[in-house]
Amino acid sequence: MYDVIIIGAGVSGAAAARELSRYQAKICVIDKEEDVCCGTSKANSAIVHAGYDAVPGSLKAKLNVRGNELMGGLAKELDFPFERRGSLVLCLSEDDMFGLQELYDRGVANGVKDMRILSRDEVLRMEPNVTDKVYAALYAPTAGIVCPFGLNIALAENACENGVEFKFDTEVEEIRKLDEGYELDTSRGILRAKYVVNAAGVYADRFHNMVSDRKIHITARRGDYCLLDKETGGHVGRTIFALPGKLGKGVLVTPTIHGNLLVGPTAVDVEDKEAVNTTSEGLKQLLEKAGISVKNIPAKQVITSFAGLRAHEDGGDFIIGEAEDAKGFIDCAGIESPGIASCPAIGEMIAEILRDRMGLQKKEHFIPTRRGITNPNALSMEERNAMIIENPAYGNIVCRCEMVTEGEIIDAIRRPIGAKSLDGVKRRTRAGMGRCQSGFCAPRVMEILARECGVSMFDITKSGGESQLVVGTNKDMI
Amino acid sequence: MKDYDIVIIGGGPAGLAAAVSAKQHGIDSILIIERDRELGGILNQCIHNGFGLHTFKEELTGPEYADRFIRQVDQLQIEYKLNTMVMDIGPDKRVTAMNREEGMFEIRAKAVILAMGCRERPRGALNIPGYRPAGIYSAGTAQRLVNMEGYMPGREVVILGSGDIGLIMARRMTLEGAKVKVVAELMPYSGGLKRNIVQCLDDYGIPLKLSHTVVDIKGKERVEGVTLAQVDERGTPIAGTEEFYSCDTLLLSVGLIPENELSRGMGVEIDPVTSGPKVNESLETNMDGVFACGNVLHVHDLVDYVSQEAAAAGRNAADYVIDARNTDSCVRAGSAEDGGEQEIVLKPVSGVRYTVPSVIRAVHMDEELTVRFRVDDVYRDCYVSAYFDDERVIRKRRQIVAPGEMEEVKLTREQILQHPDLKTITFTVEEA
Amino acid sequence: MEVKNLTCINCPMGCALTVEMNDDEVLSVSGNTCNRGDVYARKEMTNPTRIVTSTVRVSDGKSDMVSVKTREDIPKGKIFECVQALKDVCAQAPIRIGDVIAANIADTGIDIIATRNVDKDH
Repeated sequence: MYDVIIIGAGVSGAAAARELSRYQAKICVIDKEEDVCCGTSKANSAIVHAGYDAVPGSLKAKLNVRGNELMGGLAKELDFPFERRGSLVLCLSEDDMFGLQELYDRGVANGVKDMRILSRDEVLRMEPNVTDKVYAALYAPTAGIVCPFGLNIALAENACENGVEFKFDTEVEEIRKLDEGYELDTSRGILRAKYVVNAAGVYADRFHNMVSDRKIHITARRGDYCLLDKETGGHVGRTIFALPGKLGKGVLVTPTIHGNLLVGPTAVDVEDKEAVNTTSEGLKQLLEKAGISVKNIPAKQVITSFAGLRAHEDGGDFIIGEAEDAKGFIDCAGIESPGIASCPAIGEMIAEILRDRMGLQKKEHFIPTRRGITNPNALSMEERNAMIIENPAYGNIVCRCEMVTEGEIIDAIRRPIGAKSLDGVKRRTRAGMGRCQSGFCAPRVMEILARECGVSMFDITKSGGESQLVVGTNKDMI
Repeated sequence: MKDYDIVIIGGGPAGLAAAVSAKQHGIDSILIIERDRELGGILNQCIHNGFGLHTFKEELTGPEYADRFIRQVDQLQIEYKLNTMVMDIGPDKRVTAMNREEGMFEIRAKAVILAMGCRERPRGALNIPGYRPAGIYSAGTAQRLVNMEGYMPGREVVILGSGDIGLIMARRMTLEGAKVKVVAELMPYSGGLKRNIVQCLDDYGIPLKLSHTVVDIKGKERVEGVTLAQVDERGTPIAGTEEFYSCDTLLLSVGLIPENELSRGMGVEIDPVTSGPKVNESLETNMDGVFACGNVLHVHDLVDYVSQEAAAAGRNAADYVIDARNTDSCVRAGSAEDGGEQEIVLKPVSGVRYTVPSVIRAVHMDEELTVRFRVDDVYRDCYVSAYFDDERVIRKRRQIVAPGEMEEVKLTREQILQHPDLKTITFTVEEA
Repeated sequence: MEVKNLTCINCPMGCALTVEMNDDEVLSVSGNTCNRGDVYARKEMTNPTRIVTSTVRVSDGKSDMVSVKTREDIPKGKIFECVQALKDVCAQAPIRIGDVIAANIADTGIDIIATRNVDKDH
């Protein structure tokens, strides 16, 4: 019997696990996928919003602003990439100025610091590639960009190091209330826990509704994105949003923390909660809409497109807290935007709820820091050479586009909650994330995975499950 | 720090031929830097035959063709480093490289020959919608898996793109036991060689669907099928023409891009049409003493032409080093500053997409100069012409020219000298 | 009389050939730019042949596979038989280009030879 089972190893589940790991408790995180960061957390705008969007007084408002405040310190403690680049919400017409002012006022009410409304000239000086039609913009310097994989993986690794157990490929099928706690039927057998945290993303309604009569409903809202070559990463220096106006809700254009340019998302409600397929209409729409805010987006430089699902709850706000008619069942549901920004605060809130509810005691030897995979590209030649002498694998470039060494890939595989698949390696090291999209490095990463994990090439998958990359040997079918 | 006269970036067909030629033209201090574990580059995975008809007057496979040059490199005792990645080239031609044994190190070069080749365009470049499951490979990645490692990426295959790699892989997958269901091509003509269409598709009854593209990819974990649709003249899918093909693999052969990250980093000017460096008659880039050849310069159709071009680059780099040795420090005889040389601009117009080189300095020209280019469409019964300013000097009758096949026109030094005030040579395709 | 259309494969030109046939006899070839087209068409219509390239597994080599080819053309109809015969062949490293990997493949009288060198793995 666990003290706490957390369903879902996305940013919310991992943040909750990491905060709970400060306390003396037996905690397990379970996820139906083969790795952390496989759902909503992996395919989103990777934005740490400043916090002016949400309605004052909502959980979204409170946790966004708090999460944004915590993110800088967390990035240092857990060694993941995060930068406060700032954001601009563009207003294209004087008629829409009331909307911009409303955002500003909301921001003030929510406690967002240092916002300013900029004139057209100020905007264009700051971002020369913004549309010439810009009238004014809301500038929020506290907004940031983050590596969502880096954030999610760092939280999970640190939780793991502090004693939290992780079970993957473990899908919850049924949840039953016991006299004390809950029993979970999973694809890997029965698990029991005194408390359950429901951080299941687009599936959180399903699990909530298994134990509660006060039903919630989550819609999977699909968003298509296009990622552009690093050559274009400097096209804008900050996250550029369009103020919802006559032309509808715009799409954002942002540099990513790794120097690419990201355009997205669309918003389409879908029935299938696994429907992460992009559509031709979506992708076409994206580049058209992005062009309204930012000029000369080099569409030819798109290196990949992807879609993610936001978990939109009908009420429109995050649902965090103990279900009223299911004691010990803590929801963490409806976590859509600004979920990435909020996750440090979400983790904190869930840990506080459980600490008070369970009377948890702090651990004596909580390890607050975690070291990420060393990025040799950030080192001097001397430091790099010292590293190569100690481990020659750091002298072998495997991914040419992102200049990732074999040493980093081995580290990604061997560390706690290590990578088991091509995508796992990609999210941890960026191998395969560059302009050739793994054309060159995939066979090499597969070889390294097979060697390090002691399995055959036929067991190596793209992303777990049935996603095998090679299916046989030459002539085996003739 | 070690010094070399010529450092060659890349040990594929271009780098090998450039090295051999530079050595034969009197340079001893040459280093080839190769990132893979053997010399030969992409030829090592191109195990089909058809290489070398022009160079060796016989049909070789890729590895055999590479071996001919590797043996020359060995015989000429040209130095090379394997498993070594060039990380950076400075504007001063300082090359930073790295490998397991030596770590990161710097090399100073008098001349640099860029011979990094090209890479395949990924799915994202086409923005193909659908899921992103396992089983989507670029044709070259599949070629490596099958031909060098012996692994089958799938059993039932659809190929998008009828460039040569796509066609070759259709046959390879078939002969290794896979079922290739169809090859789809966005354009109304194939980007590959005729012989490949005959011998890789027709021989095995594999249909080629021109003016078709993939409009959806099905399968959440592994590819389960793709939907093809016909496209209109602008390449836009036509509603109602969708056809579903069940398959577990989609191979993409949708174009090659010269790999010029290092070139850009050092300040080499890139031609937006070829995505390769802009070069003059000596295959020298805008950076003094930096030459380019092979697929890093522009994507070739036949390796024989790569070898020819690379041999010229090697020879020119050798001349550059020897010139520099013989003249006062850095000012070269006839360099742009002394006004002694007229630059003639090569201009591609109607039907011609680009030319390599893009500029000629007559004083530096050899007796004969091969100008290579590609056309933008299929033209039948046409002329490929060159105008020296307004005068038509060259007119070659061609039964057919196609974007998939490189064209060449030879200019002689004599022709150029006969036109002393020549400013522009215009290349064009004209209807017969 | 029967008319067959072929694409010449001798060079990148890919001439469109028209062959007039009377049963198994070639009456005329047209559309070719050079004599090689004529020779190709006559051969292709009466006795089509191909060089076959493939891969063979290697033991004790630095590489697990070696690329191979038929030393000369084999009848087109024998291609599948040829690759099938290679299915269970395993070549012993070291291998040099030109080494015979399988003799008289599929009874064609033609040997399969290596097209790359594979050193022994130490």
